[in-house]
Amino acid sequence: MAPEKICDILKQRFPNAVTAAVLDARRPYATVAAEQWREVATCLRDDPRCAFNMLQCISAIDLLEDNRLAAVYDFFSVPIKGVGPCPRLKHHFAVRVVVDRDNPHIPSVSDIWPAADWHEREAFDMMGIVFDGHPDLTRILCPDDWEGFPLRKDYEFPTEYHGIPATTEHQLTNPRH
Amino acid sequence: MTQMSVPWRPRGKAKFDGPAGMVAGGAKTVFAIFAPFVRAFPGAIMLSAVFGTIVAVWAHYLLFEVVDIALIGSTFNIPANTGLLGGPLTVEEARSALTQIGAPAAGFLCYLLYPVQYGLVRDLVAAGGILGFISVIPLYTIWWERKVAGRIQSRTGPMRVGGWHGWSQSMADGIKLICKEDLCPAGADKPLFKLAPYLAFVPAILAFFALPFGTYWVFRQLDVALVFILAMLGIEVLGVIIAGWASNNKWSVYGAMREACQMVSYEIPMGMALLIPIMCVGTLSLTTIGDTQSGGWTSWIVFRSPFTFAAALVYYIASLASCKRAPFDLPESESELVAGFHTEYSGFRWSLFFFAEYAAMFVVSGLLVILFFGAWYSPLPLLWADGLGESLPARAVKGVLFAGPIWFIAKCVFLLYVQIWLRWTLPRIRIDQVLYACIQVLLPLMMLILLGHTFYELLVPVGGVVWTLFNLILSTIGAVLMIGMLFVATYGCWNRVRLVGNLGRELLPGS
Amino acid sequence: MADTLLESQPDLMLDIDKSEQGDVRTEEMLVNMGPQHPATHGVLRVVLRTDGELVLEAVPHIGYLHRCAEKIGENLQPYQYIPYTDRMDYLAGMNNNQAFAIAIERLAGIEVPERAKYIRVIFAELNRIASHLVALGTYGLDMGAFTPFLYMFREREMILDLFESTCGARLTYSYINVGGVHDDFPDRFLDVLEEFLDYFEPKIEEYNQLLSYNHIFVKRTANVGVISPDDAVRWALTGPVLRGSGINWDLRKSTPYEIYDRFDFDIPIGLPGGSERIPRSVVVGDCWNRYFVRLVEMEQSCRIIRQAMKQIPEGKILANKLKNLKLPNDEVYVEIENPRGQLGFYIRGDGSAIPSRVKARGPSFCNISVLNHIGKGCLLADIPAIVGSIDIVMGECDR
Repeated sequence: MAPEKICDILKQRFPNAVTAAVLDARRPYATVAAEQWREVATCLRDDPRCAFNMLQCISAIDLLEDNRLAAVYDFFSVPIKGVGPCPRLKHHFAVRVVVDRDNPHIPSVSDIWPAADWHEREAFDMMGIVFDGHPDLTRILCPDDWEGFPLRKDYEFPTEYHGIPATTEHQLTNPRH
Repeated sequence: MTQMSVPWRPRGKAKFDGPAGMVAGGAKTVFAIFAPFVRAFPGAIMLSAVFGTIVAVWAHYLLFEVVDIALIGSTFNIPANTGLLGGPLTVEEARSALTQIGAPAAGFLCYLLYPVQYGLVRDLVAAGGILGFISVIPLYTIWWERKVAGRIQSRTGPMRVGGWHGWSQSMADGIKLICKEDLCPAGADKPLFKLAPYLAFVPAILAFFALPFGTYWVFRQLDVALVFILAMLGIEVLGVIIAGWASNNKWSVYGAMREACQMVSYEIPMGMALLIPIMCVGTLSLTTIGDTQSGGWTSWIVFRSPFTFAAALVYYIASLASCKRAPFDLPESESELVAGFHTEYSGFRWSLFFFAEYAAMFVVSGLLVILFFGAWYSPLPLLWADGLGESLPARAVKGVLFAGPIWFIAKCVFLLYVQIWLRWTLPRIRIDQVLYACIQVLLPLMMLILLGHTFYELLVPVGGVVWTLFNLILSTIGAVLMIGMLFVATYGCWNRVRLVGNLGRELLPGS
Repeated sequence: MADTLLESQPDLMLDIDKSEQGDVRTEEMLVNMGPQHPATHGVLRVVLRTDGELVLEAVPHIGYLHRCAEKIGENLQPYQYIPYTDRMDYLAGMNNNQAFAIAIERLAGIEVPERAKYIRVIFAELNRIASHLVALGTYGLDMGAFTPFLYMFREREMILDLFESTCGARLTYSYINVGGVHDDFPDRFLDVLEEFLDYFEPKIEEYNQLLSYNHIFVKRTANVGVISPDDAVRWALTGPVLRGSGINWDLRKSTPYEIYDRFDFDIPIGLPGGSERIPRSVVVGDCWNRYFVRLVEMEQSCRIIRQAMKQIPEGKILANKLKNLKLPNDEVYVEIENPRGQLGFYIRGDGSAIPSRVKARGPSFCNISVLNHIGKGCLLADIPAIVGSIDIVMGECDR
């Protein structure tokens, strides 16, 4: 199904949720308000016209110029024989949820798509987006006591971690040999 | 200047103390002396080691017989270890006895043979022989296992280190293991941790002390040798359990518990399978059981009835499980339990576990050979050797062709080879399947076999038509299997193909 | 070990109960499997809550090989980033190069020459075979079967020789580049490739005899770690894991990228036991099916390579106008079918030569997240079986 139609379905069911939509780009997506994201997500999964049963990826991005963070959700509808509402669909769609940089809270969808579990943990780990309602929102790639969110554009690298020098400047000024 | 302190880096040189340190120091010195020779003449040393072993074995054998015949004046019906008969001989008496039987260099031999008449000397010689054998067998089994594994996996196995086909690779490994640091984890139960390898190793040696290699080739001729050996194999598991528990490592505990569970279950069908030859012969003495199978391969107990045939198979499977060989190598399965019960062991203590394992492999194979596969007798009936007479060369021929420890060792080595072959072919079974196979399959099967064999022995007269028919059919099956295997092996050896090609190599720049 | 585990994972402690049955007191045990463990294929750490041999919970912990690949991507130009993609899934470097290259090409609108597309397909499929050979071999190793591992590495060596003859590297190729490929085939390459395929295809039957239909192997893997089709899709499992659950979904077929629509090949899927070539005790979605899907995929990859060898045209191997490549202010999300599943690259340009965000969606990352879901209630020895059948590469999982 074309992305325009999917966007129309969402706009029709949630008039206030879809705040913007980029449909003629290389990768069409709709921007959804964080408050209504769970309802929209449920609709995307359960509506037989959408039937996005597979959450491919959650990419957290840092929109520093807007002072915002965003999570981009990519969906596929995978035809399963006998399972799911619509077995014939084979389409792709993306949703962007933009939140304020100072208070980045997005409702978790890990119960809607279990695949979101680790992706949300990664987004939290790397970009500091807090997914409300996530069962175990801890760091996944970085150590548990790591400070800061490395993929934010204003992230400053620590000079050392538990005595391990972490930057080249540190190594240059403190030669080990 | 950031000098990072690395807590796990050993400070200074590894410290050796205690007996292991002394052994390591000695080994280093010995190796430093002999290394140039080993490097210079690897092939010659290998060959001379093989021939030297054979010569030593036969010299030893002949020595005892000469002493028995010439000095004590009896035939060798007297077991070798019964000690003195009629008081010790003097050197003069020994010389005159030797001159009487026309032995060459009697004046020299009498001094050489004089001490052999004492039981203690014989015991010391035999104990030395057994210890030497136990040290050599694992080294060469490991080397051979690596070569066989290499062939099975279309590679060559060890080639670089240690001369011809890497024959001294195991020795290099052994020296390396002795020189390694003797680690004991911080949270371990230290006395038990240090004790456990010996608890596993000593029973394995003790089992050898009751295992006959020939009619007179046994350290202590026990009337209950079979029970003794089974008991020793059973004690070995204690060392494993203690090792697993004392290591303070969860994987070790898993390995130990698996070993205990597996050993306890498989001892039942194993013991029941061993009852079959006892029922056939009516004794627990391994020497007697072995000697009843001297009439060629048709007289071997395995071919006696369909039930003994099945019992031999059951025993072999159970023995694989009892000495932790694949596909029953769960206690040390590296993909599940890291290394199982010996995860925390290193160096010499670890190698003791390996010595125990390979010694146990040999013992269980030896039991199978003695109880089912004609012990130290060749497939030719011993009767044919009667025409050869009693001269020393005739005895040597008899020993090579008809009966003797060489046959016993050769059969054991063949069974070891089958164990190796299975290990590198089969995947590992899961613990529930191991126990299922034992309790649900082998145990009922073995009970049926035992029952069946009882009735077979009761109802079918020995030498009758049915008995002979089954005997012939089973012997033929055995012979066909063996010849077929030899044929396949020879065929494969003659038609070897170099599989690893250099397909894309010729395209490489510079080629 | 247990103390630190409990401190870092307090939630695990809640469920530990000390039940008393008669006079035998049993306790549950926390076991730390990995990150240094022979069966976890790298540095995966699985915290197991066990009751004897029974696994009550298997929580995977990752991150031990995190090398900031995404952060590095925000500081390098695309062609500089290609070597980093090699090191994500180091067993399938070609496919990773290809995924990143396609993503950049779609973003920057670069048209790849025909010959380069064919070379890409040939090498991607060869690398798929090589990667599956490692996966199947190490899977046998996890089951305790050592020998198939070396047989498969023997064949993999030949593929690596072919790669080496073309691009000079045996593991980290950096060969498929933005806009095409780095070098053309050497002389006689296609002949040698055909020789290899003639040699390799019968070997698959050998693997079948040695491992696939080995009774013990089937016993160990059939009906173990079953993933239902519904679960597979909900957990976003991809690649052989998804197809092992009986779902006919392969990006090469369902949304063909590059030139995969020009080839005729089948997508193997997991089948119930008893049908042709499948042992009776096998069910859809179990470890054996995941294993077998990989095996059949190797056959199909050979088919694709043979067709590509026939169709390959002469011509250029690198697109024009690659100098001073500026990425437009736009974003793409591209997924291709890696040996382990769908490898996705989300790339956001901002008008400069350096992307402002590179996000890699590793198939291993998504696939291993299902471990706790299917690992509950199995035996300890099944955990290596399940982890091995999911076939993870931690380099890509942790990035």
